[in-house]
Amino acid sequence: MKHTIQKIYIGLILILLYAPIATLIVLSFNASKTRAKWGGFTLKWYGELFQNEAIMGALTHTLLIAFLSAVIASVIGTAACLGILHMRKRTRTIFLGITNIPMLNADIVTGISLMLLYLAFGASFGFSTVLMAHITFNIPYVILSVMPKLSQMNYSTYEAGLDLGGSPAYVFFVIVFPEIFPGILSGFLMAFTMSLDDFIITHFTKGPGIDTLSTKIYTELKKGIKPEIYSLSTLLFLSVLILLLIINLKPDKRKEMTAQ
Amino acid sequence: MNNRRSKFLAAPYALWAAGFILIPLGMIFYYGFTARKGGFTLDNITAIAEPGNMKALILSLILSLISTIICFILAYPLAWILANMKFGKGSFVIIIFILPMWMNFLLRTLAWQSLLEKNGVINTILSFFHLPALKIINTPYAIVLGMVYNFLPFMVLPIYNALEKIDDNIINAAKDLGANRMQTFSRIIFPLSIPGVISGITMVFVPALTTFVISDLLGGGKILLIGNIIEKEFTQDGNWNSGSGLSFVLMIFIIISMILTAKYDTSKEESAP
Amino acid sequence: MPNKLIDLVNISKSFNHTMVLDDFNLYIRENEFLTLLGPSGCGKTTTLRIIGGFETPDAGHVIFRDEDITNLPPNKRPLNTVFQKYALFSHMTIAENIAFGLKIKKKSKSYINDKIKYALKLVNLEGYDNRRPDSLSGGQQQRIAIARAIVNEPKVLLLDEPLGALDLKLRQDMQYELIRLKNELGITFIYVTHDQEEALTMSDTIVVMNQGYIQQIGTPEDIYNEPENAFVADFIGDSNIIPGIMIEDRLVEILGARFPCVDTGFGHNKPVDVVIRPEDVDLVKPEEGTISGVVTHLIFKGVHYEMEVMANGFEWLVHSTDMVPVGTRVGISIVPFDIQIMNKPESEDEEAAGVNE
Repeated sequence: MKHTIQKIYIGLILILLYAPIATLIVLSFNASKTRAKWGGFTLKWYGELFQNEAIMGALTHTLLIAFLSAVIASVIGTAACLGILHMRKRTRTIFLGITNIPMLNADIVTGISLMLLYLAFGASFGFSTVLMAHITFNIPYVILSVMPKLSQMNYSTYEAGLDLGGSPAYVFFVIVFPEIFPGILSGFLMAFTMSLDDFIITHFTKGPGIDTLSTKIYTELKKGIKPEIYSLSTLLFLSVLILLLIINLKPDKRKEMTAQ
Repeated sequence: MNNRRSKFLAAPYALWAAGFILIPLGMIFYYGFTARKGGFTLDNITAIAEPGNMKALILSLILSLISTIICFILAYPLAWILANMKFGKGSFVIIIFILPMWMNFLLRTLAWQSLLEKNGVINTILSFFHLPALKIINTPYAIVLGMVYNFLPFMVLPIYNALEKIDDNIINAAKDLGANRMQTFSRIIFPLSIPGVISGITMVFVPALTTFVISDLLGGGKILLIGNIIEKEFTQDGNWNSGSGLSFVLMIFIIISMILTAKYDTSKEESAP
Repeated sequence: MPNKLIDLVNISKSFNHTMVLDDFNLYIRENEFLTLLGPSGCGKTTTLRIIGGFETPDAGHVIFRDEDITNLPPNKRPLNTVFQKYALFSHMTIAENIAFGLKIKKKSKSYINDKIKYALKLVNLEGYDNRRPDSLSGGQQQRIAIARAIVNEPKVLLLDEPLGALDLKLRQDMQYELIRLKNELGITFIYVTHDQEEALTMSDTIVVMNQGYIQQIGTPEDIYNEPENAFVADFIGDSNIIPGIMIEDRLVEILGARFPCVDTGFGHNKPVDVVIRPEDVDLVKPEEGTISGVVTHLIFKGVHYEMEVMANGFEWLVHSTDMVPVGTRVGISIVPFDIQIMNKPESEDEEAAGVNE
């Protein structure tokens, strides 16, 4: 009885979370060009999607920025964690405090502040300004997921590596890196996701020449969304869903095996 | 030891944080206190008192407060149920809530238009059951719904993490010492989950307070929140000074809300004799 | 039996189809320091959790002073637990932790304050009232966990491997502390551990468990000197366990040689297990021993030397205060009283079941 109520509750929340997504997937098969009417089932938009250069361009920018910003943030963030670990407590507190700013601050304020910075230095708005903005808000996600792994790690294993004759760099890559890798990976994925989903900061830091999917959608909101966008989103969503299913089926098997 | 050298691994980030976090905030500060033609002024800050701006700020505060409360009420039981299901490591739970983010934020919010519209999906279903139609699109209600929908995961995840960390033996110890279920919850479980609740509240309240997209999409463009006003200052009016001034005021509200929540956290701990 | 305080009657419990306790029976007397001793997975912690009310048995009853408390939730039971990793409430001060149970019972403020003072004094941590659990060492946290339990004046204190996380020196100190506490409080302690030394030091009664069955119940002396089966002999201290044949009463054949012993009633030419403690093996001149062999290993252990002697195809473990160099030929002689004869289990399962008639 109690469990039924719990399941119903989870079910309702999941409906709330996924209803819009189901709606968008349905819209991607809608033959009618407007959201308001159902014009029958079609796969037309999926075909046209790949011919639409504006959308494909925005997609490329989005993925490229997400990937590059997540990679760069992972490198800078992981290095920062290693450094922060060896700092005195007060310096460490200051560092982590500053790291919290982009996470806790409003996106609109972060976006505007970066825009003002670029303006002040006369930077030309475009791909690189967006990229740098994304790196800025991505680093904290990396630090937040790498830091706990690193402080959990037994420092002696690193020293043991040195003791056995490894150079610091060698010991880092062979001993430390594998241990904190899960943290780096989840930080990277979080950063990638956040970059992909960002609109507000991109909105303020992009130039007129460049669009990501978010800003493209925003400009189209007024004119009416092109149905190809729905099919693109559906494809993106489903590919991530399938990827996650594959990844998550694997560790379960491993767990079962170790349990036995 | 090479610990001293290790510290310099943080140098790139230190430079980055200075250049892209601290200096930009300084810029807002600078523009906020500078008149358009140059020279120090408080006009950009006091502009918040103008009726239009004040109305938007108050509406923003009310809507984001309501959304935060609704998120909390929805999220706590959910996090509790999920934490008791013991998925181990919690990756499943995180995936469920992160996955929707792979569908663009704007599209997800836009989809609510389709769902809520006069002839939208929800009303079609309601009318099928001969229930009265829902007329909330382009009202503050729809904005609250959009906020709750978009920010609910930010409330669920920290609370879930806090609850999941509580050792079973802590709960057993409370029972062992005579606490019944209610007492165990109110004196042990809830206090231990407060850090999660606090970060959940800030992570919902701040974006809700400052959004301009949700109000744009679900408010029909007629309902202006403080975020909309700031956005307009920058993108339409090109008035960086007054935009910065308002942003500065907004930041003050964010900081106040953080202090209030943090204060509640510690006072709760220290008030007991 | 006099003063049965807790009686476990026909308790069975399984987790995921694995039987942990099967028709388990045990009673605990008032004022007793009883230790459940066994390797991990032997069911000792499950037994404790059933007494504490954190697990409900699949079958059987928990009787507390003639009252069936099997289905009573933990918060209604007149006993308290000290948990393995202390389980202190990290969001409360030490004083608040100790006051927790008393506040639930709505005791007066002055009563609570007195109790906190008394309990902190009892565990030698006066003045720690306003500290946080995180700021305390493992041993101190352990004392607080005990203080938190005993202020409620439980009839029984359950301790689940409470010293497991402490280092050796601290563990020894805490053992004396626990004995002192028990004597001062005059209540029943039920203690769970896998450490035989801990069990031998502190207990009035030891219950040796393996695979969900009781192997032996007795005083520390009984358990050490007269293990009832090979499992107990092996688990408690070092011992030589040698298969043998009981020729007749008071005479056993081991490794082809006949040793006089004091045991009777095993019948004629019955296969048995023979337990001889290493300190009971006397090394003599080769011609004086019942059998003879060569010393193969020698280690100095402080109080004694530990040696291994290869004799009649068996590696004998020997403790002696006299040093015999490796390679020396020695004779082995054993006083009849020091030879302990045990029935041989007929199958593996029987060994686990501890059938010993």
